Amino acid sequence: MSPRTIATLVAMALLAVLPPVFYFTGNAFWLDLATRLTILANAAVSLNLILGYGGLVSFGHAAYVGLGAYAVGIPAYHWLYGGLEDLGLATTSGLVQIPLAMAVCALFALVTGAICLRTKGVYFIMITMAFAQMVYYAIVSIEEYGGDDGLVIDTRSELPSINLDDPLQLFGLAYVSLLVAMLIVRMVTRSRFGMVLRGAKGNAERVQMMGLNTYAYRLTAYVISGAMAGYAGALLGNFTTFISPEMMDWTRSGELMFMVILGGGGTTGGPVLGAAAFIILEEWLSHYTIYWHLPFGLLLIAVVLFTRGGLMGFFRGRK
Amino acid sequence: MDTSLLIIQTLNGLQLGLLLFLVASGLTLVFGILDFVNLAHASLYMLGAFICASLTYLVGNFFLAVLLALPLTAALGWAVERFIARPLYARDHLDHVLATFGLILVFDTAAHLIWGPEGIAVPLPPAFTGQIELSETLVIPTYRLVIIAAGLVAATGLYWMVTHTRLGMLIRAGASNRTMVAALGINIELLFGLVFALGAALAGLAGMLIAPITEASIGMGNQVIITAFVVIIVGGIGSMKGAFIAALLIGLIDTLGRSFLDDIFKLVMSPDAAENSAPALSAMLIYIIMACVLALKPQGLFPPKVR
Repeated sequence: MSPRTIATLVAMALLAVLPPVFYFTGNAFWLDLATRLTILANAAVSLNLILGYGGLVSFGHAAYVGLGAYAVGIPAYHWLYGGLEDLGLATTSGLVQIPLAMAVCALFALVTGAICLRTKGVYFIMITMAFAQMVYYAIVSIEEYGGDDGLVIDTRSELPSINLDDPLQLFGLAYVSLLVAMLIVRMVTRSRFGMVLRGAKGNAERVQMMGLNTYAYRLTAYVISGAMAGYAGALLGNFTTFISPEMMDWTRSGELMFMVILGGGGTTGGPVLGAAAFIILEEWLSHYTIYWHLPFGLLLIAVVLFTRGGLMGFFRGRK
Repeated sequence: MDTSLLIIQTLNGLQLGLLLFLVASGLTLVFGILDFVNLAHASLYMLGAFICASLTYLVGNFFLAVLLALPLTAALGWAVERFIARPLYARDHLDHVLATFGLILVFDTAAHLIWGPEGIAVPLPPAFTGQIELSETLVIPTYRLVIIAAGLVAATGLYWMVTHTRLGMLIRAGASNRTMVAALGINIELLFGLVFALGAALAGLAGMLIAPITEASIGMGNQVIITAFVVIIVGGIGSMKGAFIAALLIGLIDTLGRSFLDDIFKLVMSPDAAENSAPALSAMLIYIIMACVLALKPQGLFPPKVR
């Protein structure tokens, strides 16, 4: 096994064992932190599929997370206060909410991706951000769902044989979801499809010369990534039980990007390590000072300036 | 729709457009010539506003404060170039975005540490507190005209500098082929530092001009930077002419959209539906414009000729 595989397996094992141990020894707070970390790692893994492997720098991925969360909150809201019954969307069933989250995000990714992928480089970074801003402002201006103030999710998603009100079961679901997401990305990127995607990152012209339509491949990856981020958003909504447009602010998209790069883009375990480092640092620094963004920002700059390949870069295998 | 409101809002739109141009021109200089994506550019807009606010209270004169604050923001820009941008020129845009994203956190928190969580209101200079009454309903605050004039002067000065001075010639040359400029024995590091400082001063000036209207506050740059990026993307990255036209376009569309979209909607739909949908759509308007432009012309409206 390569050092990277070992590092990933150790990190995942720690993440499986430590939070329940903390929980049973009376440190419920740490389980909470681990759940948030795991859910954001889900989102980072989905971003890594297009950013790390595809070289598509989406600066609007928080929008998918936000949309996923609203796909839980809005049906729950209508279940409580009426409306949308005809569409079957006034429900607390996770079996409706979660597929809805993924479908909405996949559709949004399909429509916006079709436009975004016509552009390259900085234009792509900025247009993905612009679409995320559109969603942000659209949600802000819908007063029924709380607008700026956000919306409290009164009831968590109801799933067969899993009770999300139990913090340990919620963590379990997030953890298993993360494992599945990592496996999906690993399988996708190692398939023929993934080879084309990675090849197009390195040299799109060469891949096109071989008669392959890089646009279609990238769009497909973009849609898969969007749907996965939407799923992470549905989890996040269930975790925080409060959703607000602030979840899809452009700085949130920046944080997701940072997680991927910090951990190491284009690796299976990188986004998880990055999310873990991000959340733990944030928690640790904010414990000492309300000005924790200052050292945090300096660290971010230092990471970009002085490291290559993120944290995963430390576990390079021998060639 | 009454005419005087239209005139007032058009002037407001022009004012916003010119302020956006001051911010966007620096972005476009730095991107066009240095190929560096600076997300933290609008932090200099915020810092300019704060520095100017402090100086206004210190020296007691707004205009003197602006004159003193301009070289200070330029120096900050210089420092950003020296310590953060320079080591990253050779890297790809993703690294630029991440490092300058970190820089935003640093600048925002530093401003919080120095000036406190509340914003600082800057009193309007006494000479410009007045209003010009063109008719009974048409009243224009003098200071808005000052901003428009200052923006136009800065834009003209920038145009003159880029087209008629040696520095401008080097900037244009650097934009088309920087390796060649360096090979000709130009001190490219000095040039890049100057470009960054100039961009910082322009963004700072925009912040200083807006401070008496909105006050200096933390995070004030975070909205502006996104709009400024929309401007340079719509205009075509690296094109000064594109930035100017797009800034005025975006400024006007945004301001007029916010005040008149519901009236326009009422022509085609029920008043209720118009009241509900207009605010959402007017907030999204500039992003919709940007998406449309990019869908039709992926390089923006006025892509620079040589790249």
